[in-house]
Amino acid sequence: MAVVECKNLCKSFGKKKILDDISITIPEGRIVGLLGKNGMGKSTLIKLICDLLTPTSGEILVNGLPVGVESKKAISYLPERIALDKTMSVDCVIEYYRDFYENFDEAKARRLLGDLDLDPTEKLSKMSKGMQEKVQLALVMSRRVDLYILDEPMGGVDPATRDYILDTILTNFDEGASVLISTHLISDIERILDDVIFIDKGKIVLTSDTDSLREEEGLSVDEIFRRMFKC
Amino acid sequence: MTFTFDNTSPIYIQLVEQMKMHIISGRLSPGERIPSVRELALLTKVNPNTMQKALGELEDSGLIFTERTNGKFVTEDTELIESLRHEQARILSEKYLTSMRSLGVTDTEIVDYLTKEVNK
Repeated sequence: MAVVECKNLCKSFGKKKILDDISITIPEGRIVGLLGKNGMGKSTLIKLICDLLTPTSGEILVNGLPVGVESKKAISYLPERIALDKTMSVDCVIEYYRDFYENFDEAKARRLLGDLDLDPTEKLSKMSKGMQEKVQLALVMSRRVDLYILDEPMGGVDPATRDYILDTILTNFDEGASVLISTHLISDIERILDDVIFIDKGKIVLTSDTDSLREEEGLSVDEIFRRMFKC
Repeated sequence: MTFTFDNTSPIYIQLVEQMKMHIISGRLSPGERIPSVRELALLTKVNPNTMQKALGELEDSGLIFTERTNGKFVTEDTELIESLRHEQARILSEKYLTSMRSLGVTDTEIVDYLTKEVNK
């Protein structure tokens, strides 16, 4: 069964059409890249799947059911911007996650955060941006869910931190779970993607299995993307 | 085991080729246990599904085998490994010859060059 199924999804803000007739499926156990330039609707689509926005028309099913309380249990979401209260310490945010999510694995979070060599009593606001991103990712990956949605997990961090983030994603998603990653930093991430979805001006312009796409075009996904969306 | 990839051809094919080379060259010895799909995926930083596909292909070609509960192992069929090694050596020689000939080097000179290099 598909983890997520979007059918003829449209979203407008006022007169502005942000998403136009989106139909996609995210199967079980796949790592899917949602690729598009800035402002093409990636985050809006993600927020719809997370039930943080309501579609103007169309339908979203998560594990076969309309989005709602159950889908929020099944999805662990990493927002584009740090959503944690930065006056909290690491200990504090762990507690916060434990209170909020019954599927949060505290031992795992402690282990992941322990690897970061952090002082658990230090406030997030005292940490570098890269470190804050790592903390947030560790929390998100410590929930046992069917789908991890990561919105620009590597935006604005250095290449070494990107490697850490990729490793963390690869080692920590539950077997059988799916991952949806939105990014425009394709070359860093394309090796771990099973499938890609290209989104442009609110429409899906390509969906493919990554290796078949490379085979057909003889190019990297990054190059295909650059050619397709040349400014 | 080290792997390098370029992103312009399917990753699973590159994985198959490089694993094959590790086996032919003996860096992975006959009968040696191969790390799990997850471990290999992490080591090479590729998707576990891609690694699974590559190992499936290697298994189909008989280069590795699965022991139900113990994991995957390199084949103990040394004849198979040897024949692949010959095949690979033949292909490399052919490539070398083609590029040397395209430089305009005669076959006798090629043999001279090789002898010199080998004796260096």
